[in-house]
Order: sequence, then structure tokens, then C-alpha cells
Amino acid sequence: MGLVFAASGSWTYVHLVPVLLALFGGATAYSWGASGLSPLTKGFIWLDLGALIGFALGLVIDWVVQGSLNWVAPTASLFSLLFGFTGFFLGVAGFNAVSKGLIWQITGTLIGAIFISVIRVAMGLTWSGPFLFTEPAWVLGGFLGVLFFLGGNGAVSDWFKWAQGIDTPDHHEEHYTGWEKYLHISFDHKVIGIQYTVTALLLISVGGLFALIFRTELAASQLQFLTTDMKLFGQNGPQLYNTFMSLHGMIMIVSILLGMAGITNFVVPLLLGAQDMAFPRLNSFAFWISVPATVLLLMSLILGGFDTGWTGYPPLSARAPVGMQMFFLGVFTAGWSSILGALNVIVTVVRMRSKGMTAFRMPIFVWASIATSIIALTATQFIGLAFQLVMFQRLFGMGFFDPAKGGNPVLFQHLFWFYSHPAVYVFILPGLGVISELLPVFARKPLFGYRWIAMSSLAIALVGFLVWAHHMFTSGMNEYLRVPFMYSTLLVAIPTGVKFFSWVATLWKGKIWAPTPMLFVLGGIVVFLLGGLTGPPNATVSTDLHLHDTYFIVGHFHDTIFGGFVFPFFAALYYWFPKATGRRMNETLGKVHFWLMTPAFFILTFGMMRIGLLGMRRRIVDYDPALNFDFTHLILTVMGFMIAISVLIFIYNFFNSIKNGEKAEGNVWNSRSPEWQVPSPMPTHNYDQPFEVVGEPYDYGLAGAPKYVEFAAPAKSKHK
Amino acid sequence: MGHFLVVGILVIVMAVLTYLGLDAAGLMPVQASAQSVSIDWLWNWQLIAISFLFSLIVVPMVYSLIVFRRKKGETGDGQHIEGNTPLEIAWTIVPLFIVLAFAYMGAYSLGQTRSIDPNAMVVKVKAQQFVWTFEYPEYGIISKELHLPVNKQVILKMESADVIHSFWVPEFRVKQDVVPGRVTEYRITPTLIGDYKVRCAELCGASHAYMEGPVIVNSQADYDMWISEQAAIAAEAAKTPEGQGQLLTVKNGCIGCHSLDGAKMTGPTWFNLYGSDVKLEGGSTVVADDAFITESILDPKAKEVAGFAPTVMPPYALSETEIANIIAYLKTLK
Repeated sequence: MGLVFAASGSWTYVHLVPVLLALFGGATAYSWGASGLSPLTKGFIWLDLGALIGFALGLVIDWVVQGSLNWVAPTASLFSLLFGFTGFFLGVAGFNAVSKGLIWQITGTLIGAIFISVIRVAMGLTWSGPFLFTEPAWVLGGFLGVLFFLGGNGAVSDWFKWAQGIDTPDHHEEHYTGWEKYLHISFDHKVIGIQYTVTALLLISVGGLFALIFRTELAASQLQFLTTDMKLFGQNGPQLYNTFMSLHGMIMIVSILLGMAGITNFVVPLLLGAQDMAFPRLNSFAFWISVPATVLLLMSLILGGFDTGWTGYPPLSARAPVGMQMFFLGVFTAGWSSILGALNVIVTVVRMRSKGMTAFRMPIFVWASIATSIIALTATQFIGLAFQLVMFQRLFGMGFFDPAKGGNPVLFQHLFWFYSHPAVYVFILPGLGVISELLPVFARKPLFGYRWIAMSSLAIALVGFLVWAHHMFTSGMNEYLRVPFMYSTLLVAIPTGVKFFSWVATLWKGKIWAPTPMLFVLGGIVVFLLGGLTGPPNATVSTDLHLHDTYFIVGHFHDTIFGGFVFPFFAALYYWFPKATGRRMNETLGKVHFWLMTPAFFILTFGMMRIGLLGMRRRIVDYDPALNFDFTHLILTVMGFMIAISVLIFIYNFFNSIKNGEKAEGNVWNSRSPEWQVPSPMPTHNYDQPFEVVGEPYDYGLAGAPKYVEFAAPAKSKHK
Repeated sequence: MGHFLVVGILVIVMAVLTYLGLDAAGLMPVQASAQSVSIDWLWNWQLIAISFLFSLIVVPMVYSLIVFRRKKGETGDGQHIEGNTPLEIAWTIVPLFIVLAFAYMGAYSLGQTRSIDPNAMVVKVKAQQFVWTFEYPEYGIISKELHLPVNKQVILKMESADVIHSFWVPEFRVKQDVVPGRVTEYRITPTLIGDYKVRCAELCGASHAYMEGPVIVNSQADYDMWISEQAAIAAEAAKTPEGQGQLLTVKNGCIGCHSLDGAKMTGPTWFNLYGSDVKLEGGSTVVADDAFITESILDPKAKEVAGFAPTVMPPYALSETEIANIIAYLKTLK
């Protein structure tokens, strides 16, 4: 196919296609060579076939509609992506929840799009647009696609059965064993936790790939490969840059939400001594809705992209191509996952704690989960609402944010940030909880000021609701609002400071040992400290007038997100991996991962902040060569690639250790926590015997201290 | 007590070294406005706080990792310290006062940047994808360059024709968004003669990176000379159709995307355009005559020029005379 492109003379536009073909072809051949006709090989073959068939189909449809053959038609790329995706999961395990869902999503999308197109024809309007269908057709199609996915893959079948009066077993027995159960509907919180986690890792890879693409373009001033001459998915280089940059933001945000949902789902019921989450079906639904949401987000790349950044400010977002709508719809859908997941966590914690677990005897991670869930449950609606209003402005001409119709563009920013600022606490609070949870285990000391740390999470969550307008100091909102928002924003520093001081005091006079999880905990503390300390200059209005929308901000929030999510997430994965698999990840590779990623990351964000102060703006495809940023940007790009390599090492370690890791079935970390008092991997219904809390969770270093939990005697030895 | 003493000394040494290092690195661009002085003053206090707090956390952390590490063969636990309420209260209350102090300083510094000179001169700024245009209403001058006299406060009254933009000159420090549907105000007192650039700081579309314009701070004498030159040019131009056409292309921001010298920008160049053969997307060609140019102004998407699709230019509802003047001007670009 690459040759066809070369021959058709559009080589410059599509060097990506032969590269992709070679990549997938290579993967297929490698998999075949390594393991013969294994499920994975079959998956790759189906992926290749699906991609080719989808491409050909899209090409023909586009030909018929547009009247001329266009080798780079976005429709062809879209079908190629959807068919390839679906083919892969079909090949791997036949009809499973993913492939069934995707097939239904494609069907639903087409039904919705054709429905609108027919109505348009009947009304005498045109039915075809630059991306095959018109915008309203794509929006209804995208929406129906999500519903069809969930209806088709079985995520809601039990509810339908209940509605018809058919009873279903309380606990679904697993029909599938091994890795296949992760591709099917499961109500087990541990399976769902792993489904979340693996999806998050996949999305981190996609988001990271986007970052590498635009980071490479930024390595030198002027345009190198994202030029104005190239064209892909109906976008030229700078437009494509904007799409990648915007999607990097949102895909990473979704991956953070899913990643932390994964850890929370897996760990919280174990910490509470519960058999499962309070609402297992809702739990499963919350995970599965994030899959079609992700597909929608990726569709936005192909349907013309969008050039607004993840914030989607109108009026720019009211003018962007169809991709904008897919982005809005994708975020709207992903929000449901967050809201329902949070609801489940709150109910589980309130109702399903084991005997004796009073509020201040809960493991500290549970406190962090509660604080996070309160925000996610009550604030996520606002981003959904804000995006929905722009969708309606585009579809129905409702001028919410259009000044020509009496609308107000600044109103959008208020609605958007009312969620999106608390959202950053959704990203970091679970991570800070992981730090607080793991620190005592590796310092061999009680968590210093347990109650203060627990309360500081709640304080951050609550104050976080009152600070949103600090993103808008330059926006032209009422000037007198700026000072009160500065005060409220700076208040967040106090509970955050309490955490830092308590962590340091926890380390003080401990007996510290530092295997890989502890390394990531320590790295997380220092990186988050840098993120925290670079925050107040953005909070004090006058300095923010200089810093706002520069690379300083980019450096600052990457510090907070890496310190608050990425490092603790990796720590949690290394730490609880044996609980899920009965094996541990390779220590040496873990240390290589840490020592490669950490220095590279420091240099990356320091460099970002430095050029930001000197005049580098955010979200630009090119920069003025007169600013002399070329060398710094080159270094930043190299560091970006180093981080990518370290993450690849992690991913190899992760998947390799599932089969080949060193056996670790006991209390690997010598922890007091209940989940480590039973052998790994955890049985399907968690603890065989319920436990009672009889001591403090972190009483390390006290001779004769009672255990944290005591298991009830097994039923058969009652006479003991 | 020994541990505390060592750590205390190390924290102070580290804090001083960090601050001196950051200060020596020269983190900010040159100060070119009165407003930047109070902003940099607060920034310096922030650096002091950052240096101190960074050391206060990192030094005891690293110290603990070295001194309190588990040595080979050790299996025991650390000391059983559950917490210390007075200490927790202290590190809640003390930061509260520090934070309040910074908030007060922030408000004070903001007040300084907003201090009003009643005699400030007014320049109108128009932002649109992807060009800045400056209008000096007293003199009838419209320019792509912003010229300002040194040591004199100016208010920019800013309006946007399309999406949100943001006016930022890094050397002036201050930044202000330009929002469609309202006039936002930017007050600045330049203090250093020199050539700077305004750089759009709010993502505004495909060519956002290139939405820059010259900002030139002159001595009062040079500024007066520039004003009288420009006023004369404007008066002269108004006498001929091509001169009026040129003014229109500046006023409407056309030259933000169309070069006059053949260079490739967001839109096709105007150099040698009139009467030439233009290649369209899809392979056909068209002659750039009056009809084509008129259509391209009123409905830019009607014919998409090869290499510039999809067209990003919005339609411009200009009158027949105005378009005729612009065409007259285009004819001179050879």
C-alpha cells in the first residue's frame, strides 16, 4: 500500500501510512515467529486485515460521495482505525466484550449518522460533508455508538433482566480464566481494577506517543515535518500539531482518571475487608463506558481534529472542525465513568467497612479515595455541562457563548474551571494517598499525624471548590474578583504543607529501606514538592500576569501531575503487583525505570519553566528563533524520549513479570495492612474469613502492639 | 538534639545556595515597564520562599534517607512516633500567616501594576486571526507596529474580531486577554527604549504561533517623528485608490496572513498575484482577475488555493469601492 501512495504522487502527505503498515506487519511477523498462530498473532492478522478492508471501504465510499479518488481521505483512515481495532480484539479472543462492543459501536454510529442524513435529504438539505457525513449526523452517530456499545457488549444486560423480572445470581461465577476474563464483562472489583489499569497504561502510551510527535517538531524552531504543505486527516501540519497537543492533554487526563480508578477499585475493598464494591454492576458499567469514550476521543483526531487545547474555549471551539464535537462527546461520556465510579466508592466506604474499622482506623488511602470521590461525584457535571452547551451552540445555533447573540465567552471559562480545577485534586489526591499509605511500610514507622493527613485531604477537596477563577486572572472577568480568588487559592498551600511536613516526620528516625515502590514514593514527594512550590507564583495575581499561558505553567503542572499521579501510580503498581499476580516485578528493571525517568523528568520541567519565564508561550507549533530557545528545546525533546524509553521498560517488565516474575505469595513488604495477611494472588471473593480491626493501621516499631486486623477463626475449627 | 542541629544548619545553607543559584540564573527577561518592577519584586520574594521551603523538606528527607536507612542485616523497625499535636498545629498556623502575607503582597503588587495616570494616551488594538493592528485615533494612523513613547503611560483599548487572543509582551510582564464582544484594557508604562514583540498568549487557531507584532519603545522625539511621518503617509495615501486600498489591507489585518514579498505565510502571497494563474485545490487553475479576487474576499471558501486548504480566512463584507481600491493596490505589488 505504501507503494501505491508513492506512485500516486502523494508521498509527502502519507509517509505515516507505510510506517504504520511496516510496524503492524512487523508485529504480526514477530508474533508469528515467536509463538506461531497464538491468539496474539491472530489478533495482529485480524488487525491488518481489518485496517486494510476498512481503508478500502472508506476509500470507495469517499470516491462515490466526493466524485474523485482521494488517497488521504479521512473517511478511509477512520474506517481503517475502527475496523483494525475491532479486528484485533476479534482475533485475540473471538467475540468478547470489547470486540462485540466495538462492532455495535460502529453499527450504532452508522445508524445514527444515516438517520440524520435521511432526515436532511427529506428536508432538502445536503447530507454529505467534508468527512462523509454532516456534523449533526456525526454527533447523533457518536452518541448512539456509545449506547449501542454498552447495549451490545452486555454491560447492562443484568439490569434489563431485572426490569423484565428475571433474577440473576448475586455473584457471577467467572466463565473465563486467565487473561481472557479481562476482555469480558466481570463484576469482580479486582478484575475491573486491572481492566482500568491496563486501559490506563494503553492510553498513557497513546498520549505519550502524541507528546513525542509534537515534542519532536519543537526540537528546533521553524517547521520541520508538521509543515503547512503536509496533510493528514484533513489537517495541515500546524493544525495537526494543535490536535495532537490538545488530545495529549485530554487522553492523559482520561488515563489518569482510569489509572486511579484502577488502583482504587482493586485496593479499597481489600483494605476495607469487603467482598466487592457496593454496586458491582455499576462498577463494571463505569469501566465499560470509558471504552467507547476513548474511541470517540480518537475519532476526533481523524474527523478534522480540533485546535483549542483540552480546554475547548469558545468562540474558537465553536468554529473548529467536526472533530471538536467528537472530543466534547468523548469527554462527556468519560465523565459518566468518573461520576458513577465515585458514587460506588463512597457507598462502599460508608457501608462496607469490616467490624471495628472506625473512621480514624481506616487505612489512609481510603480517606484519600473518599475526598477524591466527593469531588468527582459533584463537580464532573460541570465540564460535561460546559461542553454540552458548546455542542448545542454549534448544532442548534444557541448562542450561549456567542457575543453576537448576547452570549458571554467568559461564562464558559467559569463553568469549565469549576470542574477542571477541582479535577486536578481528583488526579493527585489518590496519589498522595498512595504516598501516605506506603511511606510507613518502608520507613517502618507509624504515619506521622494520621488524623491531620486524613483531614488535609478533605480540606484540599473542599477548598479546591473555591479557587477556580485563578485560571482566569487575565481573562477579562471582573477585576475585583481576582484578589479574593488569590486568597482562597493560597489557602490550598496549608493542607498541602501539612502533608509534606508529616511525610518528612514519618521518615525521621525510621529504618528506611528503598525497593522500587519506595523509590517512586520518594521521587513522587520531591517532584510534587516542586509542583507545589511553583504554584504560589501563579496564585498571586501580579506574577501570574506574566506566567499565565507560558511554558512555566506547563512545567508547573507536569510537576504536580507527575508527583501527584505518575510516580505514585508506578509505586502502587510495583507495590500491589504481587497481590494481583502472586509474582513480583523485576527489581533491577524497576530501578532502571526510576533512575532513567526521574533525572530526565527534572531536566524536562526545569527547562520548560526556564524558557517559559523568558517568553515561551504554551501551545505553539513554532517559536521565534530570535529567542534562542533551540538548544533548550532540543534537550527537552531528548528528555521526553528518555521518559518514553523508561516507560517502555516498565511496560515490558509489567507484562513479562505476569508470567516470569519471581514468585511472591507472602507478605512481600512486611506490611500490617489486611490484604498482605493472606496469600497472593487474592482469591475471587477476597478474604475467606472476615476480619475485625483490633489495632492501629500503622503501629510499626511498637513492641507488643496489637495487630491491625484479626481474622475470624475458620468455621470448621470453631471449637478452638 | 544533634540531628536537629545538623539538619537546621544544612537547611539554611541549602536555602541560601538555592536562592543565590536561582538569582544568578537570570530567570526573567529585561524589565521594560514600570509595572514589571513590582511584579519582579514579588517574584523575588516567591523565589526566597521557594528556596527556603524546598530546603526545609528536601534536606531532612535526604538526611533521613542516609542516616536512618536500614543497614545491612537489620530487620527491626523505626521509633514508634505517632505524631505531635503542637508541631502539627505549628505547621498549620505558621504557613497560614506566610500565605496571608503573600496574598497581601500579591494584592499590593497588583495595585501597583494597575496604578492609573489620568493623562495616559489611548491606542486602540484590534486582534484577529492572526494579526495585531494598532490605531492611533487622534492622528488617524493605522499600523501593524505599536510605537510607544518611553516613560509615558498608555492604555490599550483592545477588541477582538473573532476568537479570544491575549496581549503579552514578555519584557512588560503584564498580560491581558482580548475577548470578542467587549473592550479589555491594558495599561502599561514602558521604561526602556528598544524593540520588543507582542506575542499572542491564548491559543487562537492554526497560525497562533505566528501571531506576533513589533512593539517599539521610542524616545519622545523619535515617537513624535514616527507619528508625523505616519500621519503624512496616511493623508497622502487617502488621495489615491491604491493608497486607500493599502490602508484597507492594514486596517482589516489582511497582511497578517498575506505577504507582500513572495514569502509563504498562512495565506497565499500577493506578490505578482494580480493577473497570474492560480492553482486550485483539485488541480484546476484560475486567473487572478477582478472577479476571482472579489469572490475570494467575499467568500474565501468558494475557490480554495492549492496548498492552503482548508481555507481559514473568514469572509470580509467590504463595499464595491473598497474592493476596487484593494485591487488597485494589488496591481502595484510587482
